[in-house]
Amino acid sequence: MIAELGHLALCFALAISLVLAIFPLYGSYKGAAGPVLLARPLAILLFLLTSVAFGALCYSFWSNDFTVLNVASNSNSMLPWYYRMTAVWGSHEGSMLLWVLMLSGWTAAVALLSNSLPLILQGRILGVLGIINVGFYGFVLFMSNPFERTLPFFPVDGRDLNPLLQDFGMIIHPPLLYMGYVGFAVSFAFAIAALLGGRFDSNWARWARPWTLAAWLFLTLGIMLGSWWAYLELGWGGWWFWDPVENASLMPWLVGTALIHSLAVTEKRGTFKSWTVLLAIAAFSLSLLGAFLVRSGVLVSVHAFATDPSRGLFLLFFLLVVVGGSLLLYGVRMHAVRSQARYQLFSREVLLWGNNIFLLTATLVVFLGTLYPLFHKELGLGSISIGEPFFNSIFQYLAIPFALLLGLGPWVRWKQQQWQPLLKPLSMVLVAALVLAVGVLSLYQTPSANLALLGLILGAWVAVSTVGEIQQKAVQLGGVPGLFKLQASHWGMVLGHLGFAMLVVGIAMTKTFSVEKDVRMKIGDSVELNGYTFLLSDVYALNGPNYGGQAAELEVFAHGEKLTHLHAEKRFYPVTRSVMTEAAVDARLSRDLYVALGEELSGPSWALRVYVKPYVRWIWLGAILMALGGLVSLGDKRYRRKTAAVTSPQSSAATGAPADA
Amino acid sequence: MNPRRKQRLIAVSSILVLLSGGVGAMLYALNENVDLFYTPSQLVDGLGEDKNKPVVGQRLRIGGMVVKGSVRRDEHSLKVSFDLVDTGPIVTVHYDGILPDLFREGQGIVAQGTLLNATTIEATEVLAKHDENYMPPEVAEAMKGIKHVPPKQTYSAETP
Repeated sequence: MIAELGHLALCFALAISLVLAIFPLYGSYKGAAGPVLLARPLAILLFLLTSVAFGALCYSFWSNDFTVLNVASNSNSMLPWYYRMTAVWGSHEGSMLLWVLMLSGWTAAVALLSNSLPLILQGRILGVLGIINVGFYGFVLFMSNPFERTLPFFPVDGRDLNPLLQDFGMIIHPPLLYMGYVGFAVSFAFAIAALLGGRFDSNWARWARPWTLAAWLFLTLGIMLGSWWAYLELGWGGWWFWDPVENASLMPWLVGTALIHSLAVTEKRGTFKSWTVLLAIAAFSLSLLGAFLVRSGVLVSVHAFATDPSRGLFLLFFLLVVVGGSLLLYGVRMHAVRSQARYQLFSREVLLWGNNIFLLTATLVVFLGTLYPLFHKELGLGSISIGEPFFNSIFQYLAIPFALLLGLGPWVRWKQQQWQPLLKPLSMVLVAALVLAVGVLSLYQTPSANLALLGLILGAWVAVSTVGEIQQKAVQLGGVPGLFKLQASHWGMVLGHLGFAMLVVGIAMTKTFSVEKDVRMKIGDSVELNGYTFLLSDVYALNGPNYGGQAAELEVFAHGEKLTHLHAEKRFYPVTRSVMTEAAVDARLSRDLYVALGEELSGPSWALRVYVKPYVRWIWLGAILMALGGLVSLGDKRYRRKTAAVTSPQSSAATGAPADA
Repeated sequence: MNPRRKQRLIAVSSILVLLSGGVGAMLYALNENVDLFYTPSQLVDGLGEDKNKPVVGQRLRIGGMVVKGSVRRDEHSLKVSFDLVDTGPIVTVHYDGILPDLFREGQGIVAQGTLLNATTIEATEVLAKHDENYMPPEVAEAMKGIKHVPPKQTYSAETP
């Protein structure tokens, strides 16, 4: 009964989204206010209906209703309640429902928060979002109905949730990631709405910016959590595998990062307009491409859902419609748009242009590396896989100029900048960065030209130059109290760049200094790794709510003193008959100690995988700092200025904003 | 040509040169890092129409089913070796390390490594998917019509 209610709510939601896709756009085309005014209540209704559907599925999982196919194949009466809730989005069908819940949520948020926008623009944006909604509600209803029944022969108990997904990280990873993916639909809708209206001014960019920032910050957190989850749950101690599905999330992130920078130029200087629109289209298209790659089963990956070619075909068709339609519109409309602003070769515009070029090159690398095996196979040349060194080496080369430009960027003025005034402060920054990098490295080894040195130099360059720029601002604004005059978005930029510096240092240090050992141990054996002694003190049988298995206790000593205690598990889930590694981690800012319990061997002895991973936390902390930067930028007062709706200047070159992004 | 246009021409052409150079370097790096996938029979008989066999020392991926009773472990270390099969020939894999959670005899796995001799591989990584019925798709394709498809269907497929 409840499941049917959910199904019905979804059917209504599809109908509502159809109305939303047609009337407001028609109204804005004809210049009639009536149909456009419909848009906001429709968007809110859409969200309410989807919430009802989502709630119905949650209830089915909560009450162990195994007459619902989705519950029967992804849950079990022994599963703890919190994992029953996360099982809602543990399957393809459920995760698509979460996807449309997010999409309608963003649509409703746009409806609620777009008071200050001109009515006609509201109608266009919500109409475009309506079209996207139609596509996804159609997909959910016709291709992956989450409310399908198993009646009349329903199972007594469910097949249980994939043990890999029974983890805290999994509770929040998909929602955050989807918030990011789907959030780019809003940037996309802003871009298409502007194309339809043919008007790009700095107001438009100022309205689109917070939405893009919000989507970007969710995506950042989602990717970061995914990486953390893989580190803990896959038991390999790796944090990034260049897996096709990871790549699918990295591509929209890279383009999204380019987009937030390009939007800054469009807002402040009224230029880069066509470029910004193209990036907004690309970010959303790559999100769709990601959905297609994950759900069609064309690529082999840990993440891939059960394969169904018709689903893939539907998503591919939708992707082609979105990309084709928006590029056509772009081609027809964009030639009329001109940027008036002029800038010299050495200016912030050109540096941000460089930022975009490198981010897009990185996207292209990921795109090629992800899709090349697919083409290779389809052309009948045999199955191949792309080795990690491909991505790693190219990203390493791209990071160098990217980080150099990044450190330089905030010092350089819009329009044009002379070299001479920057020479002194920047050479001081450079010297400080070099000293810092070599100093930190000498704590670990005699400094030599390796990846760690490169990472430390780049990280220190970005960090020192960011701090130096703030110090310079403080001097200009008359001391530290003057810093309160800086806009929130400036602080957001500072945090984001510091986060990037942290990320680079973390990656380089982990890659260079991680040590790993696979050992065979009996109880009482110990193994030494990088000055840490790991003693296997006990192994015993586990008894969990829905799993059994073995647990190992280890004592860790350093310099003869007991440092910590580690508890690693190897779980066996009887319902799915699968084995899972729960790694033991002792986390510090400067290093992680990581132990994974392997199989039991004759003896009795056990295979254990032991790691010491310096600075691996910095990778995730850096990502969190970047996301925090996005959040702080969102708090900028100018995004909430109401007066913007009344004035609608055609040109924006005149907005003489202070020189910060 | 006025100076403004000339400047633009230089800018555009330098971007094009950089771009094509970059794409070229990328494709080169891509080709350097491609690992071909073989099934045991492809490894022995050769791959594709030209019957290309891998050379000793080549990096490759192999996917097949672990032969029952073929897993041999060293008593004192983590060294292990096992045989892989798909439709006929058997290939031996040597590995020193921890096998994945779902490694079991009779299951499909994928190993990444280098070729030691015509039928032996030294693996650097062994992957098993988190699914008890998992069979590498390429192996499933090779084994189609041999094990899982009932004989009647095979027959009807052969009659035009």
